[in-house]
Amino acid sequence: MNGARPAEIAIDVRGLTKSFGGREVVHDLSMQVRRGSIYGFLGPNGSGKTTTIRMLCGLLTPDQGDGSCLGFDIRRDADKIKRRVGYMTQRFSLYQDLSVRENLEFVARLYGMRDPQAAARDMVQRLGLSGRERQLAGELSGGWKQRLALGACTLPNPQLLLLDEPTAGVDPKARRDFWNEIHALAADGLTVLVSTHYMDEAERCHEIAYIAYGHLLAHGTVSDVIAQSKLTTFTVSGDDLRALSADLSGKPGVDMVAPFGTSLHVSGRDHDALDAAIAPWRDKPGLHWQPAAPSLEDVFIDLMNRSRDNFQ
Amino acid sequence: MSDAALHPTSREPRFGFWRRTYAMLVKEFIQLRRDRVSFAMIVMIPVMQLMLFGYAINTTPHHLPAAVLLQEDSDLGRSILKAMENTAYFSFTREVSSVAEFDDLLLSGKVLFGVEIPRGFERAVRRGDRPALLVAADATDPVAASSALSSLGTIVQTALAHDLYTGDPVAAPFEIRAHARYNPAASSRLNIVPGLVGTILTMTMLIFTALSVTREIERGTMESLLSMPIKPVEVMLGKIIPYVLVGFLQATIIIGIGVLLFGVPVMGSLLLLALLSTLFIATNLSIGYTFSTLAQNQLQAMQLSMMFFLPSILLSGFMFPFLGMPQWAQVIGECLPLTHYLRIVRAIMLKGSTLSNLQHDTIALFGLMLFAMTVAVFRFRRTLD
Repeated sequence: MNGARPAEIAIDVRGLTKSFGGREVVHDLSMQVRRGSIYGFLGPNGSGKTTTIRMLCGLLTPDQGDGSCLGFDIRRDADKIKRRVGYMTQRFSLYQDLSVRENLEFVARLYGMRDPQAAARDMVQRLGLSGRERQLAGELSGGWKQRLALGACTLPNPQLLLLDEPTAGVDPKARRDFWNEIHALAADGLTVLVSTHYMDEAERCHEIAYIAYGHLLAHGTVSDVIAQSKLTTFTVSGDDLRALSADLSGKPGVDMVAPFGTSLHVSGRDHDALDAAIAPWRDKPGLHWQPAAPSLEDVFIDLMNRSRDNFQ
Repeated sequence: MSDAALHPTSREPRFGFWRRTYAMLVKEFIQLRRDRVSFAMIVMIPVMQLMLFGYAINTTPHHLPAAVLLQEDSDLGRSILKAMENTAYFSFTREVSSVAEFDDLLLSGKVLFGVEIPRGFERAVRRGDRPALLVAADATDPVAASSALSSLGTIVQTALAHDLYTGDPVAAPFEIRAHARYNPAASSRLNIVPGLVGTILTMTMLIFTALSVTREIERGTMESLLSMPIKPVEVMLGKIIPYVLVGFLQATIIIGIGVLLFGVPVMGSLLLLALLSTLFIATNLSIGYTFSTLAQNQLQAMQLSMMFFLPSILLSGFMFPFLGMPQWAQVIGECLPLTHYLRIVRAIMLKGSTLSNLQHDTIALFGLMLFAMTVAVFRFRRTLD
């Protein structure tokens, strides 16, 4: 990634820092996103994802740090960036009291598209919203609102999409459709930066970054991030897992115990210490122990716990 | 109750009603203290009302500016003018030498009264011809004119006591001919209808645009709007222009009703009235929009509009005669668009004034509009910082 030529980099920022009222929300964040890739932005609530996205598209001015977005300086060229970036806000931010068509036409006109009505009509069809085009945006269901919002920010043919938790509160079918659309757009050469809470969505990204308490803690492909974690995980199934969970939690060497369906994930950063900690239960009848690869969720929860120790 | 029955020990605490009310009351006070604009309103409105009603507003205004056209310089003329000034209703601010100048001062509203002492006045009095002394009053605002006019009767007596030797109290040696110009019947309706055009436009226009930016912020649409390539001036003009049409429609309705139902005349040019009304509408919209960029939410924007509307009503000359107010109140009044528009609309409708009579007020409206727009464009936040 570091060897990529500038033309292949859509987002390249260094040392971004932003505080609100004396509280640092984003700390010394650097990242690079290749053109045409889908970059997942993960992290707990309040970790600084939205603030970072807003700094990238010129909605917020960083206190420190600089960088470029699509080759334009994020401090000086906000106008040029805005013309080439589609930003989908976390909260639905189109006009609830305008119809689907009217919202799209508004966006098309604002970007100075040649035939706003035709552009809006085409987008309505592409979104599968024909028949609803006269409906007020505020009356659409969550899934349709999200489709419309995506349609509105892709309408002016941007080179970069910034999607802030686009699938929050949307049903699984709509989520899948949404991701298919994102992959289709990326295949056409669009760069997509998407923030999310969902682990399955993270696995649909080409690359991911994990941010907690304003610090970027890990980045790379999903398998890179899992490998970097150096986490050892066992899955246990059997009787009375609740008692086992209570027994194991807090033992030296055991960093995380989490139930997954009918089994438990027991993880630790130090392989030998974990082995020693679970030894007394290893051969207990009725329990089945199996070494496993840590899931992305295990890795993230571990990163979060560690970062809490470090930064709070 | 069933809960209390199940757990006999956890009885309903005593004074529950008062405790909860108190909790609510404390919360409201905290919120009120945090909401600085509301707090300012609570203090400012009564203070402002008291100041305005107590000091600024005077329904029997004194020291109204008057012009004098002296066709002859005589002792008698001087003592009549002195007697008029002694009533404290008149203050002779201008001395003119021609009828044209005299009329122009009245038309442009620079004076409310004009006194003409005709040539050969003193000699005619001494001969016993009972000559006429003309007092012309701008009666577009009947309140301002009436008390001053009613004082004229006593002036004859005062002047007589000093200068005249005829002992006949029945036949006054001269006649004062009062002319209530522009509104001879002193009908307050003629004054109020044009005034209402201005007041209604002020209120509605302010509120329309005052809510516009804060509404976008509250509904979350501002975030989207700011992420798109649009400039503050474009946002402003896009929000103001539709309401110019709305305001124009409103003005047409009010003036139409005034003419058709109340018989208010439109003496001057309808085109000029339309043009200057549009200017006034745009000025109010710009001010409303400026409030919108200053306020944090829709409620604050409404409160700011009200803070502006109150002095507009009281200090513009809509309710009370402008020239009867003390100097400081007139200075505030000059900063309000309604003051200038009231002069314009009354002058065009009732006096038939032309643009050259109204230059000063037109320029003032323009200035206020540009000022408000400049503040708005600089105040408009282009980022969410």
